[in-house]
Amino acid sequence: MRRIASILFLVGLGVLIAAIYQQMNLTSEPLVGRAINAAAAKQVGAANFVTAVVLGYRGADTLLELTILFTAATAGGLVLGRPRSGAARDPDAGPILLAGADLFFPLFLVVGLYIILHGHLTPGGGFQGGVILAAAFFVPVLARPGTSLDQPLVSAIEGLAGAAFIGIGLLAMLEGKPFLTPLLDRGDLGTLTSAGSLPLLYVAVGLKVGAELAGLLAQLAATEASD
Amino acid sequence: MDILVLITVIVMLASAAGVLLLKEFLSALAALSVVSLGLSVLFVILRAPDVAMTEAAIGAGLGSLLFALALRRLGLWHINSKN
Amino acid sequence: MHTALILYTGAFGLIVIGIAGIVLSTHLIRILFGVALLEAGTNLLLLLATWQDGAAAPIIVAGRVPVLMADPVPQALVLTAIVIGVGVLALALSLALRVQRAYGTLDIRAVRQRMEQAIAAEAGVELPSSHDAPVAVGPVTAGREGQS
Repeated sequence: MRRIASILFLVGLGVLIAAIYQQMNLTSEPLVGRAINAAAAKQVGAANFVTAVVLGYRGADTLLELTILFTAATAGGLVLGRPRSGAARDPDAGPILLAGADLFFPLFLVVGLYIILHGHLTPGGGFQGGVILAAAFFVPVLARPGTSLDQPLVSAIEGLAGAAFIGIGLLAMLEGKPFLTPLLDRGDLGTLTSAGSLPLLYVAVGLKVGAELAGLLAQLAATEASD
Repeated sequence: MDILVLITVIVMLASAAGVLLLKEFLSALAALSVVSLGLSVLFVILRAPDVAMTEAAIGAGLGSLLFALALRRLGLWHINSKN
Repeated sequence: MHTALILYTGAFGLIVIGIAGIVLSTHLIRILFGVALLEAGTNLLLLLATWQDGAAAPIIVAGRVPVLMADPVPQALVLTAIVIGVGVLALALSLALRVQRAYGTLDIRAVRQRMEQAIAAEAGVELPSSHDAPVAVGPVTAGREGQS
């Protein structure tokens, strides 16, 4: 009976989605996007318009997204609990992962930091670079399960980076402008020191995301297997 | 261009069906990675390089790693070959 | 074939397969797979909202400004949506680990049954052994003295 109800629900949902698709105005012009494309280079100074939107035009959305990520990571840590010391640990990984972890750590660091710092020039930014940084710090833990991340340090980095993001946003209010207005000089389009305070904001975002994901993964890896 | 989009979408939908229909969780996880990869290619074709990079790093990278760690902790990390 | 049709079919196909996975699965991990598929399909659909066939990426490279650039607003939204998706998935997997530790199984029917039994035991109420069994032996009177 439940099966039939589920399938009926699915069919109804499909009909609803088709009706919505019918009504979607697919040929209308994206007015807001076009205006942003025309104005972003002069107003924000970033060559990557998606960065200009994420940090400049919709900076508050990014702040909320960081809050959601923080809540998810904290709640995940609370749910998993602390691993018992002295519980059985996995053995070290095979030679491929051991050698690869040692080789890849500096590579991941460099690539991650490059992507974070050049977020306003090329595709990339804080989120992508932060994920690569998280991988950089987690792969050694994966290769040698005996070692663990310094959890207080990771939490401290995460907290400080989040505070730095909010702090830079508040600095704009000291000059009488709205919260999270880009500060500093706009610079020349296409150079590393352009787009004002946007690279700084992205560095804060990258460190926060990297620390959060690395901490969450390390906690997930450290919970002992339930028998 | 059309052919590329068609092939990518077909591979994506076939793998998505495979995620639900495959019995072993390890195979379903591999199919989920293929869906993420196909999605990343599609994002490049749609001229969204930022989104493609994020999807490749998170979907095919960290997301699958997360699932793999959880499967390992749950004891579902094996392949039963009953021939 | 019309490229837009193929793309929209792909997005809606992923969404429908994801919802089918959530509704029809009995194992908690497979439900989470369905959630991941649903999120992937929704992100694709968001990006298709302002897609135009000849547009270039919204980035200025080497000082050349393309004539028609793609819309950067949905791209920014999908960017944050993907990261939020993986965060929520991490929390869901942690909860699944705790469910396994508490109830010993991940089959949602068995989990639901054991949860009801645990709640009933805490409240001191007897659960009916089957849905067809009668609640009391005779007609239920106002005083409710005798209950089997």
